[in-house]
Amino acid sequence: MPYEVLRGSVFRYGDSVDTDVIIPARYCTSFHAAELAPHCLEDLDPTFVKRVSAGDIIVAGYNFGCGSSRENAPIAIKGAGVACVIARSFARIFYRNSINIGLPILSAPEAVDGLNEGDIVEVEPGTGAIRNITRGGVWTADAFPAEIQSIIRAGGLVEYVQKRLASR
Amino acid sequence: MTLAEKILARHAGLASVKAGQIVMAKVDLAFGTDVTTALSVEVFHRMGAEKVFDTHKLALVNDHFVPAKDVQAAALSKAMREFAQEQGITNYFEVGRSGICHSLLPDKGLVFPGDLIVGADSHTCTYGALGAFATGIGSTDLACAWALGELWFRVPESIKVVVEGRFGPNVGAKDLILKLINILTVDGALYQALEFTGSSIRNMSMDGRITVCNMAIEAGAKTGLIAPDETTWDFIRGVNPARLISNPASLDLDSDPDAVYSQVVHIDLDSLTPLVAEPYLPSNVRPIKEVTGIKVDQVVIGSCTNGRLEDFQVAAAIMQDRPVHPGVRLLLIPATPQILIALIESGLAARFVKAGATLSPPTCGPCIGGHMGVLAKGEVGLFTTNRNFRGRNGHPESKVYLSGPQVAAATAVKGVIADPNEI
Ligand code: SF4
Repeated sequence: MPYEVLRGSVFRYGDSVDTDVIIPARYCTSFHAAELAPHCLEDLDPTFVKRVSAGDIIVAGYNFGCGSSRENAPIAIKGAGVACVIARSFARIFYRNSINIGLPILSAPEAVDGLNEGDIVEVEPGTGAIRNITRGGVWTADAFPAEIQSIIRAGGLVEYVQKRLASR
Repeated sequence: MTLAEKILARHAGLASVKAGQIVMAKVDLAFGTDVTTALSVEVFHRMGAEKVFDTHKLALVNDHFVPAKDVQAAALSKAMREFAQEQGITNYFEVGRSGICHSLLPDKGLVFPGDLIVGADSHTCTYGALGAFATGIGSTDLACAWALGELWFRVPESIKVVVEGRFGPNVGAKDLILKLINILTVDGALYQALEFTGSSIRNMSMDGRITVCNMAIEAGAKTGLIAPDETTWDFIRGVNPARLISNPASLDLDSDPDAVYSQVVHIDLDSLTPLVAEPYLPSNVRPIKEVTGIKVDQVVIGSCTNGRLEDFQVAAAIMQDRPVHPGVRLLLIPATPQILIALIESGLAARFVKAGATLSPPTCGPCIGGHMGVLAKGEVGLFTTNRNFRGRNGHPESKVYLSGPQVAAATAVKGVIADPNEI
Protein backbone atom coordinates (compact mmCIF):
# COMPACT_ATOMS: atom_id res chain seq x y z
CA MET A 1 0.00 0.00 0.00
CA PRO A 2 1.52 3.34 -1.01
CA TYR A 3 2.49 5.80 1.69
CA GLU A 4 2.29 8.91 -0.49
CA VAL A 5 -0.51 11.45 -0.14
CA LEU A 6 -3.59 10.71 -2.22
CA ARG A 7 -5.79 13.53 -3.47
CA GLY A 8 -9.06 13.25 -5.34
CA SER A 9 -12.70 14.08 -5.38
CA VAL A 10 -15.33 12.23 -3.41
CA PHE A 11 -17.90 9.81 -4.80
CA ARG A 12 -20.36 9.19 -1.99
CA TYR A 13 -22.56 6.13 -1.51
CA GLY A 14 -24.68 4.66 1.28
CA ASP A 15 -24.57 1.60 3.53
CA SER A 16 -24.01 -2.03 2.52
CA VAL A 17 -22.68 -1.39 -0.97
CA ASP A 18 -22.47 -5.06 -1.91
CA THR A 19 -20.10 -6.90 -4.21
CA ASP A 20 -22.94 -7.68 -6.63
CA VAL A 21 -23.36 -3.97 -7.40
CA ILE A 22 -19.62 -3.30 -7.27
CA ILE A 23 -19.12 -5.88 -10.02
CA PRO A 24 -22.06 -8.07 -11.06
CA ALA A 25 -21.43 -11.80 -11.46
CA ARG A 26 -22.20 -11.53 -15.17
CA TYR A 27 -18.76 -9.91 -15.60
CA CYS A 28 -16.95 -12.26 -13.21
CA THR A 29 -15.89 -14.67 -15.88
CA SER A 30 -12.87 -12.36 -16.02
CA PHE A 31 -10.56 -11.25 -13.23
CA HIS A 32 -8.63 -8.69 -15.26
CA ALA A 33 -8.89 -5.07 -14.17
CA ALA A 34 -9.17 -3.79 -17.74
CA GLU A 35 -12.26 -5.93 -18.36
CA LEU A 36 -13.87 -5.38 -14.96
CA ALA A 37 -13.32 -1.65 -14.48
CA PRO A 38 -15.76 -0.45 -17.20
CA HIS A 39 -18.59 -2.16 -15.24
CA CYS A 40 -17.60 -1.02 -11.78
CA LEU A 41 -20.70 -0.02 -9.74
CA GLU A 42 -22.87 0.00 -12.88
CA ASP A 43 -25.96 -1.45 -11.17
CA LEU A 44 -25.77 1.15 -8.39
CA ASP A 45 -24.60 4.22 -10.31
CA PRO A 46 -24.40 3.78 -14.08
CA THR A 47 -22.68 7.19 -14.40
CA PHE A 48 -19.82 6.35 -12.02
CA VAL A 49 -17.39 4.98 -14.57
CA LYS A 50 -17.99 7.94 -16.91
CA ARG A 51 -17.42 10.49 -14.15
CA VAL A 52 -14.56 8.99 -12.17
CA SER A 53 -10.98 10.11 -12.78
CA ALA A 54 -7.77 8.48 -11.68
CA GLY A 55 -7.10 9.27 -8.03
CA ASP A 56 -10.72 9.82 -6.97
CA ILE A 57 -11.95 8.47 -3.67
CA ILE A 58 -15.08 6.50 -2.75
CA VAL A 59 -16.71 7.39 0.56
CA ALA A 60 -19.45 5.13 1.89
CA GLY A 61 -21.38 4.02 4.95
CA TYR A 62 -21.36 0.81 6.94
CA ASN A 63 -20.49 -2.67 5.66
CA PHE A 64 -18.89 -1.64 2.36
CA GLY A 65 -18.18 -4.66 0.14
CA CYS A 66 -20.59 -7.06 1.79
CA GLY A 67 -21.59 -10.26 0.03
CA SER A 68 -19.43 -12.41 -2.13
CA SER A 69 -15.74 -13.28 -1.72
CA ARG A 70 -15.03 -12.15 -5.28
CA GLU A 71 -11.71 -10.38 -5.45
CA ASN A 72 -13.02 -9.00 -8.72
CA ALA A 73 -14.70 -6.30 -6.58
CA PRO A 74 -11.62 -4.47 -5.26
CA ILE A 75 -9.88 -5.22 -8.57
CA ALA A 76 -12.69 -3.42 -10.44
CA ILE A 77 -12.56 -0.44 -8.06
CA LYS A 78 -8.80 -0.13 -8.32
CA GLY A 79 -8.99 -0.65 -12.06
CA ALA A 80 -11.49 2.21 -12.37
CA GLY A 81 -8.77 4.49 -11.01
CA VAL A 82 -10.10 4.84 -7.47
CA ALA A 83 -7.18 5.62 -5.16
CA CYS A 84 -8.81 4.76 -1.88
CA VAL A 85 -12.10 3.81 -0.21
CA ILE A 86 -13.14 5.44 3.06
CA ALA A 87 -16.12 3.86 4.82
CA ARG A 88 -17.75 3.64 8.23
CA SER A 89 -16.95 -0.09 8.15
CA PHE A 90 -15.99 -2.81 5.68
CA ALA A 91 -17.24 -6.36 5.22
CA ARG A 92 -14.45 -8.68 6.27
CA ILE A 93 -13.64 -10.55 3.06
CA PHE A 94 -13.61 -7.28 1.09
CA TYR A 95 -11.30 -5.83 3.75
CA ARG A 96 -8.82 -8.70 3.39
CA ASN A 97 -9.03 -8.72 -0.39
CA SER A 98 -8.35 -4.99 -0.62
CA ILE A 99 -5.26 -5.22 1.57
CA ASN A 100 -4.07 -8.21 -0.42
CA ILE A 101 -4.33 -6.51 -3.79
CA GLY A 102 -3.09 -3.13 -2.55
CA LEU A 103 -6.26 -1.04 -2.64
CA PRO A 104 -6.00 1.39 0.29
CA ILE A 105 -9.11 1.23 2.49
CA LEU A 106 -9.71 3.30 5.58
CA SER A 107 -12.36 2.82 8.18
CA ALA A 108 -13.20 6.28 9.56
CA PRO A 109 -16.82 6.82 10.64
CA GLU A 110 -16.41 10.52 11.56
CA ALA A 111 -14.65 11.37 8.32
CA VAL A 112 -17.60 9.91 6.42
CA ASP A 113 -19.88 12.45 8.16
CA GLY A 114 -17.66 15.30 7.00
CA LEU A 115 -17.14 14.37 3.35
CA ASN A 116 -19.69 15.27 0.68
CA GLU A 117 -20.00 14.25 -2.94
CA GLY A 118 -17.51 16.22 -5.01
CA ASP A 119 -15.36 17.45 -2.11
CA ILE A 120 -11.64 17.32 -2.66
CA VAL A 121 -10.05 15.11 -0.03
CA GLU A 122 -6.46 14.30 0.87
CA VAL A 123 -5.55 10.96 2.38
CA GLU A 124 -2.32 9.57 3.81
CA PRO A 125 -2.84 5.81 3.94
CA GLY A 126 0.34 5.38 6.00
CA THR A 127 -0.84 7.51 8.92
CA GLY A 128 -4.58 7.32 8.31
CA ALA A 129 -4.83 11.12 8.03
CA ILE A 130 -7.85 12.37 6.07
CA ARG A 131 -8.33 16.05 5.20
CA ASN A 132 -11.29 17.72 3.53
CA ILE A 133 -9.64 20.37 1.35
CA THR A 134 -12.93 21.85 0.11
CA ARG A 135 -14.69 22.43 3.45
CA GLY A 136 -12.03 21.82 6.04
CA GLY A 137 -11.96 19.06 8.59
CA VAL A 138 -9.25 16.61 9.60
CA TRP A 139 -9.74 13.05 10.80
CA THR A 140 -7.63 9.98 11.51
CA ALA A 141 -8.74 6.55 10.35
CA ASP A 142 -8.59 3.47 12.58
CA ALA A 143 -5.04 2.08 12.53
CA PHE A 144 -4.28 -1.32 10.98
CA PRO A 145 -3.16 -4.01 13.44
CA ALA A 146 0.64 -4.51 13.48
CA GLU A 147 0.44 -7.91 11.77
CA ILE A 148 -1.50 -6.43 8.87
CA GLN A 149 0.89 -3.50 8.64
CA SER A 150 3.69 -6.00 8.09
CA ILE A 151 1.81 -7.40 5.09
CA ILE A 152 1.20 -3.88 3.81
CA ARG A 153 4.87 -2.97 4.35
CA ALA A 154 5.99 -6.07 2.45
CA GLY A 155 4.03 -4.61 -0.49
CA GLY A 156 0.98 -6.87 -0.25
CA LEU A 157 0.32 -10.53 0.38
CA VAL A 158 2.03 -11.77 -2.78
CA GLU A 159 5.30 -10.14 -1.77
CA TYR A 160 4.84 -11.31 1.83
CA VAL A 161 4.51 -14.95 0.73
CA GLN A 162 7.42 -14.58 -1.71
CA LYS A 163 9.62 -13.53 1.20
CA ARG A 164 8.40 -16.38 3.38
CA LEU A 165 9.01 -18.94 0.61
CA ALA A 166 12.47 -17.52 -0.11
CA SER A 167 13.49 -17.81 3.54
CA ARG A 168 12.64 -21.52 3.70
CA MET B 1 -12.56 -19.97 25.54
CA THR B 2 -15.39 -20.08 23.03
CA LEU B 3 -15.56 -22.84 20.47
CA ALA B 4 -14.20 -20.44 17.84
CA GLU B 5 -11.26 -19.51 20.07
CA LYS B 6 -10.50 -23.17 20.84
CA ILE B 7 -10.32 -24.17 17.20
CA LEU B 8 -8.14 -21.20 16.25
CA ALA B 9 -5.84 -21.72 19.25
CA ARG B 10 -5.28 -25.36 18.34
CA HIS B 11 -4.46 -24.51 14.73
CA ALA B 12 -2.16 -21.68 15.76
CA GLY B 13 -0.28 -23.99 18.13
CA LEU B 14 -1.20 -21.84 21.14
CA ALA B 15 -2.59 -22.88 24.50
CA SER B 16 -5.14 -20.11 24.37
CA VAL B 17 -6.17 -17.13 22.28
CA LYS B 18 -8.49 -14.20 22.87
CA ALA B 19 -10.93 -12.39 20.64
CA GLY B 20 -9.19 -9.58 18.78
CA GLN B 21 -5.81 -11.34 18.66
CA ILE B 22 -4.28 -11.99 15.24
CA VAL B 23 -2.80 -15.45 14.73
CA MET B 24 -1.15 -17.45 11.99
CA ALA B 25 -3.01 -20.75 11.86
CA LYS B 26 -2.67 -23.95 9.86
CA VAL B 27 -5.60 -24.89 7.66
CA ASP B 28 -7.09 -28.35 7.15
CA LEU B 29 -8.81 -27.57 3.86
CA ALA B 30 -8.35 -24.68 1.40
CA PHE B 31 -10.76 -24.83 -1.50
CA GLY B 32 -11.79 -22.82 -4.50
CA THR B 33 -14.52 -22.88 -7.13
CA ASP B 34 -14.60 -22.32 -10.87
CA VAL B 35 -15.16 -18.57 -10.33
CA THR B 36 -12.35 -17.97 -7.86
CA THR B 37 -9.66 -20.59 -8.56
CA ALA B 38 -8.24 -19.34 -11.86
CA LEU B 39 -7.15 -16.09 -10.21
CA SER B 40 -5.68 -18.04 -7.26
CA VAL B 41 -3.66 -20.14 -9.69
CA GLU B 42 -2.26 -17.01 -11.31
CA VAL B 43 -1.40 -15.48 -7.94
CA PHE B 44 0.09 -18.78 -6.70
CA HIS B 45 2.54 -18.74 -9.59
CA ARG B 46 3.20 -15.02 -9.16
CA MET B 47 4.13 -15.75 -5.53
CA GLY B 48 6.85 -18.02 -6.85
CA ALA B 49 5.21 -21.06 -5.27
CA GLU B 50 5.67 -24.38 -7.01
CA LYS B 51 3.90 -27.02 -4.96
CA VAL B 52 0.77 -26.77 -2.87
CA PHE B 53 1.31 -27.49 0.83
CA ASP B 54 -0.67 -30.77 0.74
CA THR B 55 -2.34 -32.27 -2.32
CA HIS B 56 -5.09 -33.82 -0.14
CA LYS B 57 -5.98 -30.60 1.65
CA LEU B 58 -7.21 -28.69 -1.36
CA ALA B 59 -10.58 -29.10 -3.00
CA LEU B 60 -11.42 -27.65 -6.40
CA VAL B 61 -15.12 -27.55 -7.17
CA ASN B 62 -16.95 -26.87 -10.42
CA ASP B 63 -20.22 -25.26 -9.31
CA HIS B 64 -20.88 -21.62 -10.17
CA PHE B 65 -20.94 -21.34 -13.96
CA VAL B 66 -21.11 -25.05 -14.86
CA PRO B 67 -21.81 -26.81 -17.13
CA ALA B 68 -19.80 -23.97 -18.71
CA LYS B 69 -22.21 -21.16 -19.53
CA ASP B 70 -19.97 -19.51 -22.11
CA VAL B 71 -16.46 -19.51 -23.51
CA GLN B 72 -14.99 -17.44 -20.70
CA ALA B 73 -16.55 -19.67 -18.05
CA ALA B 74 -15.17 -22.70 -19.87
CA ALA B 75 -11.70 -21.14 -19.67
CA LEU B 76 -12.06 -20.63 -15.91
CA SER B 77 -12.91 -24.31 -15.39
CA LYS B 78 -10.11 -25.32 -17.73
CA ALA B 79 -7.55 -23.36 -15.71
CA MET B 80 -8.77 -25.10 -12.54
CA ARG B 81 -8.71 -28.53 -14.21
CA GLU B 82 -5.15 -28.03 -15.46
CA PHE B 83 -3.96 -26.86 -12.04
CA ALA B 84 -5.54 -29.94 -10.44
CA GLN B 85 -3.67 -32.16 -12.87
CA GLU B 86 -0.38 -30.29 -12.57
CA GLN B 87 -0.46 -30.43 -8.75
CA GLY B 88 -2.05 -33.88 -8.40
CA ILE B 89 -5.00 -32.54 -6.37
CA THR B 90 -7.01 -35.52 -5.15
CA ASN B 91 -10.22 -33.62 -4.45
CA TYR B 92 -10.93 -32.17 -7.88
CA PHE B 93 -14.63 -32.34 -8.71
CA GLU B 94 -15.66 -32.47 -12.34
CA VAL B 95 -19.12 -31.74 -13.77
CA GLY B 96 -21.31 -34.79 -13.25
CA ARG B 97 -19.48 -35.62 -10.04
CA SER B 98 -19.54 -32.10 -8.68
CA GLY B 99 -22.11 -30.05 -6.86
CA ILE B 100 -22.43 -26.80 -4.95
CA CYS B 101 -19.29 -26.77 -2.82
CA HIS B 102 -21.04 -26.16 0.51
CA SER B 103 -23.23 -29.20 0.07
CA LEU B 104 -20.68 -31.36 -1.72
CA LEU B 105 -17.68 -31.06 0.60
CA PRO B 106 -19.50 -32.10 3.81
CA ASP B 107 -21.08 -35.02 1.95
CA LYS B 108 -17.67 -36.08 0.61
CA GLY B 109 -16.36 -36.31 4.17
CA LEU B 110 -13.98 -33.38 3.70
CA VAL B 111 -15.31 -31.44 6.69
CA PHE B 112 -14.59 -32.68 10.21
CA PRO B 113 -15.55 -31.18 13.56
CA GLY B 114 -12.80 -28.92 14.87
CA ASP B 115 -11.22 -28.41 11.44
CA LEU B 116 -10.06 -25.00 10.25
CA ILE B 117 -11.34 -24.50 6.72
CA VAL B 118 -10.93 -21.63 4.28
CA GLY B 119 -12.60 -21.33 0.92
CA ALA B 120 -12.69 -18.70 -1.78
CA ASP B 121 -16.42 -18.41 -1.43
CA SER B 122 -18.27 -16.31 1.09
CA HIS B 123 -20.63 -19.06 2.24
CA THR B 124 -17.75 -21.19 3.49
CA CYS B 125 -19.21 -20.40 6.92
CA THR B 126 -21.67 -23.24 6.18
CA TYR B 127 -19.30 -25.90 7.55
CA GLY B 128 -19.84 -24.62 11.07
CA ALA B 129 -22.91 -26.85 10.89
CA LEU B 130 -20.45 -29.71 11.49
CA GLY B 131 -18.49 -27.88 14.16
CA ALA B 132 -15.66 -26.73 11.89
CA PHE B 133 -14.34 -23.16 11.97
CA ALA B 134 -14.80 -22.22 8.35
CA THR B 135 -14.63 -18.85 6.69
CA GLY B 136 -14.64 -17.27 3.26
CA ILE B 137 -11.57 -15.60 1.79
CA GLY B 138 -10.56 -14.14 -1.56
CA SER B 139 -8.41 -15.64 -4.28
CA THR B 140 -5.12 -14.09 -3.14
CA ASP B 141 -5.60 -15.37 0.41
CA LEU B 142 -6.40 -18.79 -1.03
CA ALA B 143 -3.17 -18.81 -3.03
CA CYS B 144 -1.31 -17.90 0.16
CA ALA B 145 -2.97 -20.78 2.03
CA TRP B 146 -2.00 -23.16 -0.80
CA ALA B 147 1.61 -21.99 -0.70
CA LEU B 148 2.13 -21.86 3.07
CA GLY B 149 -0.58 -24.11 4.49
CA GLU B 150 -1.45 -21.30 6.86
CA LEU B 151 -3.07 -17.90 6.92
CA TRP B 152 -3.58 -14.99 9.31
CA PHE B 153 -6.84 -14.80 11.22
CA ARG B 154 -8.25 -12.29 13.61
CA VAL B 155 -9.79 -14.30 16.44
CA PRO B 156 -13.44 -13.25 16.38
CA GLU B 157 -15.69 -12.29 19.23
CA SER B 158 -18.64 -14.68 19.45
CA ILE B 159 -22.34 -13.92 19.60
CA LYS B 160 -24.28 -16.68 21.34
CA VAL B 161 -27.60 -17.46 19.69
CA VAL B 162 -29.82 -19.53 21.96
CA VAL B 163 -32.69 -21.17 20.11
CA GLU B 164 -35.52 -22.76 22.06
CA GLY B 165 -39.02 -23.95 21.25
CA ARG B 166 -40.47 -25.90 18.35
CA PHE B 167 -41.09 -24.99 14.74
CA GLY B 168 -44.78 -24.50 13.95
CA PRO B 169 -46.28 -26.06 10.82
CA ASN B 170 -44.43 -25.07 7.65
CA VAL B 171 -41.81 -23.09 9.52
CA GLY B 172 -38.20 -24.24 9.25
CA ALA B 173 -34.50 -23.54 9.52
CA LYS B 174 -34.58 -20.81 6.85
CA ASP B 175 -37.18 -18.87 8.81
CA LEU B 176 -35.00 -19.09 11.90
CA ILE B 177 -31.93 -17.67 10.17
CA LEU B 178 -33.95 -14.96 8.39
CA LYS B 179 -35.32 -13.95 11.78
CA LEU B 180 -31.82 -13.71 13.21
CA ILE B 181 -30.55 -11.62 10.28
CA ASN B 182 -33.54 -9.34 10.75
CA ILE B 183 -32.61 -8.91 14.43
CA LEU B 184 -28.87 -8.43 13.86
CA THR B 185 -29.13 -6.59 10.49
CA VAL B 186 -26.66 -7.20 7.67
CA ASP B 187 -23.63 -6.07 9.65
CA GLY B 188 -24.68 -6.85 13.22
CA ALA B 189 -22.22 -9.72 13.45
CA LEU B 190 -19.41 -8.11 11.44
CA TYR B 191 -16.02 -9.79 12.11
CA GLN B 192 -17.69 -12.02 14.74
CA ALA B 193 -18.66 -15.69 15.01
CA LEU B 194 -22.24 -16.76 15.55
CA GLU B 195 -22.46 -19.72 17.91
CA PHE B 196 -25.83 -21.48 17.77
CA THR B 197 -26.95 -23.36 20.85
CA GLY B 198 -30.14 -24.38 22.61
CA SER B 199 -32.48 -27.36 22.56
CA SER B 200 -33.91 -26.51 19.13
CA ILE B 201 -30.47 -26.58 17.53
CA ARG B 202 -29.80 -29.92 19.22
CA ASN B 203 -33.04 -31.28 17.72
CA MET B 204 -32.31 -29.93 14.24
CA SER B 205 -31.25 -32.18 11.34
CA MET B 206 -27.91 -31.68 9.60
CA ASP B 207 -29.72 -30.26 6.55
CA GLY B 208 -31.38 -27.67 8.78
CA ARG B 209 -28.09 -26.81 10.48
CA ILE B 210 -26.48 -26.30 7.09
CA THR B 211 -29.21 -23.80 6.17
CA VAL B 212 -28.68 -21.91 9.43
CA CYS B 213 -24.88 -21.70 9.34
CA ASN B 214 -24.88 -20.94 5.60
CA MET B 215 -26.43 -17.53 6.12
CA ALA B 216 -24.23 -16.42 9.04
CA ILE B 217 -22.38 -14.18 6.58
CA GLU B 218 -25.61 -12.39 5.73
CA ALA B 219 -25.31 -10.83 9.19
CA GLY B 220 -21.67 -10.02 8.41
CA ALA B 221 -20.36 -12.95 10.48
CA LYS B 222 -17.02 -14.59 9.87
CA THR B 223 -18.46 -17.99 10.61
CA GLY B 224 -21.47 -19.76 12.13
CA LEU B 225 -20.78 -22.59 14.53
CA ILE B 226 -22.65 -25.46 16.12
CA ALA B 227 -20.75 -27.59 18.65
CA PRO B 228 -20.75 -31.22 17.47
CA ASP B 229 -23.23 -33.63 19.02
CA GLU B 230 -24.74 -37.02 18.17
CA THR B 231 -26.33 -35.65 14.99
CA THR B 232 -22.89 -34.47 13.84
CA TRP B 233 -21.14 -37.73 14.66
CA ASP B 234 -23.92 -39.73 12.95
CA PHE B 235 -23.38 -37.62 9.86
CA ILE B 236 -19.60 -38.19 10.00
CA ARG B 237 -20.19 -41.91 10.48
CA GLY B 238 -22.04 -41.86 7.18
CA VAL B 239 -19.59 -39.80 5.13
CA ASN B 240 -16.15 -40.38 6.64
CA PRO B 241 -16.07 -43.40 8.94
CA ALA B 242 -12.29 -43.62 8.49
CA ARG B 243 -11.74 -40.33 10.32
CA LEU B 244 -14.21 -41.09 13.08
CA ILE B 245 -12.62 -41.16 16.50
CA SER B 246 -13.61 -43.25 19.46
CA ASN B 247 -13.67 -40.43 21.97
CA PRO B 248 -15.12 -37.24 20.44
CA ALA B 249 -15.08 -35.53 23.84
CA SER B 250 -11.28 -35.53 23.68
CA LEU B 251 -11.49 -32.98 20.88
CA ASP B 252 -12.86 -30.47 23.41
CA LEU B 253 -15.28 -28.76 21.05
CA ASP B 254 -17.61 -27.11 23.52
CA SER B 255 -17.35 -23.53 24.65
CA ASP B 256 -16.19 -23.27 28.26
CA PRO B 257 -18.73 -22.23 30.89
CA ASP B 258 -16.77 -18.99 31.41
CA ALA B 259 -16.40 -18.23 27.69
CA VAL B 260 -16.88 -14.54 26.89
CA TYR B 261 -19.59 -13.50 24.41
CA SER B 262 -20.10 -10.05 22.96
CA GLN B 263 -23.85 -10.56 22.95
CA VAL B 264 -26.48 -13.22 23.65
CA VAL B 265 -29.55 -13.41 21.40
CA HIS B 266 -32.56 -15.56 22.30
CA ILE B 267 -34.92 -16.85 19.64
CA ASP B 268 -38.15 -18.61 20.47
CA LEU B 269 -39.34 -20.83 17.64
CA ASP B 270 -42.87 -21.14 19.05
CA SER B 271 -43.70 -17.61 17.93
CA LEU B 272 -42.06 -17.89 14.49
CA THR B 273 -44.18 -17.81 11.32
CA PRO B 274 -42.99 -18.36 7.73
CA LEU B 275 -40.84 -15.38 6.73
CA VAL B 276 -39.83 -13.68 3.51
CA ALA B 277 -36.96 -11.22 2.88
CA GLU B 278 -37.94 -8.43 0.51
CA PRO B 279 -35.57 -6.90 -2.06
CA TYR B 280 -32.80 -5.79 -1.86
CA LEU B 281 -31.43 -7.04 1.47
CA PRO B 282 -31.69 -10.38 3.27
CA SER B 283 -32.46 -8.44 6.46
CA ASN B 284 -35.66 -6.89 5.01
CA VAL B 285 -37.65 -9.65 6.61
CA ARG B 286 -41.47 -9.66 6.79
CA PRO B 287 -43.95 -12.19 8.14
CA ILE B 288 -45.56 -14.05 5.25
CA LYS B 289 -48.91 -12.38 6.01
CA GLU B 290 -47.51 -9.00 4.94
CA VAL B 291 -46.29 -10.09 1.53
CA THR B 292 -48.86 -12.59 0.26
CA GLY B 293 -50.37 -11.82 -3.12
CA ILE B 294 -47.28 -10.41 -4.83
CA LYS B 295 -47.13 -11.83 -8.36
CA VAL B 296 -44.07 -13.93 -9.09
CA ASP B 297 -42.54 -14.93 -12.44
CA GLN B 298 -40.02 -17.50 -11.25
CA VAL B 299 -39.52 -19.68 -8.20
CA VAL B 300 -36.14 -21.28 -7.53
CA ILE B 301 -35.61 -24.06 -5.00
CA GLY B 302 -31.92 -24.75 -4.69
CA SER B 303 -28.54 -23.20 -3.74
CA CYS B 304 -26.18 -23.94 -0.89
CA THR B 305 -28.85 -22.67 1.49
CA ASN B 306 -31.84 -24.84 0.55
CA GLY B 307 -30.82 -27.31 -2.15
CA ARG B 308 -30.65 -30.42 0.00
CA LEU B 309 -32.88 -33.47 -0.04
CA GLU B 310 -34.94 -32.35 2.93
CA ASP B 311 -35.75 -29.08 1.13
CA PHE B 312 -37.20 -30.91 -1.88
CA GLN B 313 -39.12 -33.30 0.33
CA VAL B 314 -40.66 -30.37 2.18
CA ALA B 315 -41.58 -28.69 -1.13
CA ALA B 316 -43.13 -31.89 -2.51
CA ALA B 317 -45.21 -32.35 0.62
CA ILE B 318 -46.67 -28.87 0.19
CA MET B 319 -47.25 -29.10 -3.57
CA GLN B 320 -48.93 -32.51 -3.30
CA ASP B 321 -48.74 -32.92 -7.07
CA ARG B 322 -50.71 -29.74 -7.71
CA PRO B 323 -49.59 -28.13 -10.96
CA VAL B 324 -47.18 -25.23 -11.07
CA HIS B 325 -49.16 -22.04 -11.69
CA PRO B 326 -49.26 -21.21 -15.43
CA GLY B 327 -47.61 -17.83 -14.83
CA VAL B 328 -44.67 -19.30 -12.93
CA ARG B 329 -41.45 -21.03 -13.90
CA LEU B 330 -40.42 -23.41 -11.11
CA LEU B 331 -36.73 -24.33 -11.20
CA LEU B 332 -35.43 -27.09 -8.96
CA ILE B 333 -31.69 -27.33 -8.49
CA PRO B 334 -30.42 -30.19 -6.35
CA ALA B 335 -27.12 -29.17 -4.81
CA THR B 336 -25.22 -32.40 -5.51
CA PRO B 337 -25.40 -35.46 -7.76
CA GLN B 338 -26.32 -37.56 -4.70
CA ILE B 339 -29.35 -35.39 -4.08
CA LEU B 340 -30.27 -35.54 -7.76
CA ILE B 341 -30.06 -39.34 -7.62
CA ALA B 342 -32.23 -39.40 -4.50
CA LEU B 343 -34.81 -37.24 -6.28
CA ILE B 344 -34.82 -39.60 -9.25
CA GLU B 345 -34.88 -42.83 -7.25
CA SER B 346 -37.60 -41.67 -4.88
CA GLY B 347 -39.80 -40.68 -7.79
CA LEU B 348 -39.89 -37.06 -6.59
CA ALA B 349 -38.15 -35.85 -9.74
CA ALA B 350 -40.88 -37.26 -11.99
CA ARG B 351 -43.62 -35.83 -9.79
CA PHE B 352 -42.10 -32.34 -9.87
CA VAL B 353 -41.59 -32.42 -13.63
CA LYS B 354 -45.12 -33.71 -14.22
CA ALA B 355 -46.37 -30.80 -12.13
CA GLY B 356 -44.63 -28.43 -14.57
CA ALA B 357 -41.34 -27.77 -12.81
CA THR B 358 -37.97 -28.13 -14.46
CA LEU B 359 -34.99 -29.89 -12.95
CA SER B 360 -31.47 -28.54 -13.38
CA PRO B 361 -28.15 -30.29 -12.89
CA PRO B 362 -26.34 -29.27 -9.71
CA THR B 363 -25.09 -25.69 -10.16
CA CYS B 364 -25.22 -22.28 -8.52
CA GLY B 365 -26.87 -20.97 -11.69
CA PRO B 366 -29.59 -18.39 -10.95
CA CYS B 367 -28.46 -17.89 -7.34
CA ILE B 368 -25.62 -15.78 -8.68
CA GLY B 369 -27.43 -14.64 -11.82
CA GLY B 370 -25.01 -16.69 -13.87
CA HIS B 371 -27.24 -18.88 -16.01
CA MET B 372 -30.07 -21.43 -15.80
CA GLY B 373 -32.76 -18.91 -14.94
CA VAL B 374 -31.58 -15.30 -14.97
CA LEU B 375 -34.33 -12.69 -14.45
CA ALA B 376 -35.35 -10.10 -17.07
CA LYS B 377 -35.98 -6.40 -16.38
CA GLY B 378 -38.99 -6.00 -14.11
CA GLU B 379 -39.36 -9.69 -13.31
CA VAL B 380 -40.01 -10.92 -9.81
CA GLY B 381 -38.52 -14.07 -8.32
CA LEU B 382 -38.98 -15.95 -5.10
CA PHE B 383 -35.82 -17.91 -4.37
CA THR B 384 -34.70 -20.16 -1.53
CA THR B 385 -31.19 -18.70 -1.96
CA ASN B 386 -29.40 -16.42 0.48
CA ARG B 387 -28.98 -13.00 -1.13
CA ASN B 388 -31.33 -10.66 -2.93
CA PHE B 389 -29.03 -7.73 -3.66
CA ARG B 390 -29.89 -5.52 -6.60
CA GLY B 391 -28.91 -7.18 -9.85
CA ARG B 392 -27.61 -10.36 -8.21
CA ASN B 393 -30.08 -12.64 -9.95
CA GLY B 394 -30.41 -10.85 -13.25
CA HIS B 395 -31.38 -7.38 -14.47
CA PRO B 396 -30.82 -4.62 -11.89
CA GLU B 397 -34.54 -3.86 -12.07
CA SER B 398 -35.57 -7.42 -11.30
CA LYS B 399 -36.54 -8.27 -7.74
CA VAL B 400 -35.98 -11.33 -5.61
CA TYR B 401 -37.76 -12.33 -2.42
CA LEU B 402 -36.04 -14.93 -0.23
CA SER B 403 -37.82 -17.69 1.66
CA GLY B 404 -37.62 -21.29 2.74
CA PRO B 405 -38.83 -24.18 0.56
CA GLN B 406 -42.28 -24.10 2.21
CA VAL B 407 -43.19 -20.61 0.99
CA ALA B 408 -41.47 -21.34 -2.33
CA ALA B 409 -43.62 -24.43 -2.97
CA ALA B 410 -46.82 -22.62 -2.02
CA THR B 411 -45.87 -19.68 -4.25
CA ALA B 412 -45.12 -21.94 -7.21
CA VAL B 413 -48.61 -23.38 -6.98
CA LYS B 414 -50.42 -20.07 -6.41
CA GLY B 415 -48.50 -17.81 -8.79
CA VAL B 416 -48.28 -15.19 -6.06
CA ILE B 417 -46.34 -15.18 -2.80
CA ALA B 418 -48.43 -17.51 -0.67
CA ASP B 419 -48.61 -18.76 2.90
CA PRO B 420 -47.89 -22.50 2.91
CA ASN B 421 -50.41 -22.87 5.72
CA GLU B 422 -53.20 -21.44 3.58
CA ILE B 423 -53.11 -23.20 0.27
S1 SF4 C 1 -25.39 -21.45 -4.43
FE1 SF4 C 1 -25.31 -19.23 -4.52
S2 SF4 C 1 -24.58 -18.54 -2.56
FE2 SF4 C 1 -24.17 -20.76 -2.70
S3 SF4 C 1 -22.06 -20.90 -3.43
FE3 SF4 C 1 -23.39 -20.92 -5.22
S4 SF4 C 1 -23.57 -18.76 -5.85
FE4 SF4 C 1 -22.76 -18.79 -3.79
